[in-house]
Amino acid sequence: MSSPHYRDVAWNGVWKQNTGLVQILGLCPILAVSTNMVNGVSLGLATVLVMALSSFAVAALRNFIPHEIRIPVFILIIAALTTMVELAMNAWLHSLHLVLGIFIPLIVTNCIVLARVEAFAAKHGPLVAAFDGAMMGIGLVGVLAILGTARELLGAGTLFGGIDLVVPGAQALQVLPADYPGFLVAILPPGAFILLGCLIAARNWIDARAAERARLTHSARRQAA
Amino acid sequence: MNASPEASIVRVSARTGAILFVFAFVFTALMGATYYATREPIAASEEKEKLKLINEVLPPQDYDNRLLADQVEIAPAAELGVASSRVFRARKNGAPAALVVEAAAPDGYSGRIGLILAIDASGRVSGVRVTQHKETPGLGDYIDPAKDKNKASPWIRQFDGKGLAEVPAAQWKVKKDGGRFDQRAGATISARAVTRAVGRALLFVNAHRDVLFAAPQGARLDPSNSNPESKP
Repeated sequence: MSSPHYRDVAWNGVWKQNTGLVQILGLCPILAVSTNMVNGVSLGLATVLVMALSSFAVAALRNFIPHEIRIPVFILIIAALTTMVELAMNAWLHSLHLVLGIFIPLIVTNCIVLARVEAFAAKHGPLVAAFDGAMMGIGLVGVLAILGTARELLGAGTLFGGIDLVVPGAQALQVLPADYPGFLVAILPPGAFILLGCLIAARNWIDARAAERARLTHSARRQAA
Repeated sequence: MNASPEASIVRVSARTGAILFVFAFVFTALMGATYYATREPIAASEEKEKLKLINEVLPPQDYDNRLLADQVEIAPAAELGVASSRVFRARKNGAPAALVVEAAAPDGYSGRIGLILAIDASGRVSGVRVTQHKETPGLGDYIDPAKDKNKASPWIRQFDGKGLAEVPAAQWKVKKDGGRFDQRAGATISARAVTRAVGRALLFVNAHRDVLFAAPQGARLDPSNSNPESKP
């Protein structure tokens, strides 16, 4: 199979096949950790790392993996790499590890990782596969960042809450007045569902508008010709 | 090779199994190597995390021994609400300074609330912190000073400096229940659970103070007969 263009791979991961907004895979971390931006982005980055590593490993080993047992081998590779990332985070980013807790091991069960390994990495070279994994992960980071920012702002009136877990000494920003009463629904899971729905709608609207414009310019060009 | 179909099935299965085994072996080895590489940093940061929490309830200048090493274990004690509690014994110049106890309130709004508290030599609470809880964000979670909106005087600090001399045992309740401690409007249950758990733990520690300080390091105590029995 011919190697796809890096630009297409990037566009695919970040927008066209966005994990959170189009494939709607990996809802478990999206809903659970996006209560603030730092948590969301941190888990997103851990997912990027796991996806890039496992896509690279699977693509590099793809000629040694018999077709019949590819799924168990993929899961084995993903689980091993996730465990390694988790141990590394526990060792060097301990307080962040405490916050993300169970959601790091759960990256294994995030179907987006297996889905990309099966659909892309198993058929392409290691470098482009790692790039695809990273881009898919970055698409997820984007969704988690927007969702986390919106929920934190609406729910608590702050930004970068918990940043001191990643950068010691840094302070959260109080964006809204300190006596902002907070908006509980935004912090609780229903708020995550509602905001994710709004994000999906916004993405579809942008796509529909772009398609409409493309159709108009196309017909205009045809008339001009 | 003109093997029969059965033989070729066996051969393919064996080959596939062997490949799966090799993958399992290699990746397990990788995980094992990572485990060994990260074991010491993880243990070190866990210790640091624990000390950071203890430092919040007990100022580091109040003791000079190696606190985390000087511990005893308490067998299930209803007063502490935990299956097994560790007690860290702070000493200054060899004299008892404070006891740091793990406790829990079983009756939070959404389940168990884990607590750590330090009680000084005069039997007063030196500090209380919530180690783990599932109280409603923005409502009951003010029991955790990190989430408390009143940064100047967080709710949990009102226990500091209070002992049974200041507040009699029967008064370790929130004001709504006729006790001496504030609760915040709209979320009494979380405050009630924590206040009562702190009161119970205080009573327990004050009753067993001497036994707790005298027990050999690493001993496991059973408060019902208060005879220290060494760990096997």
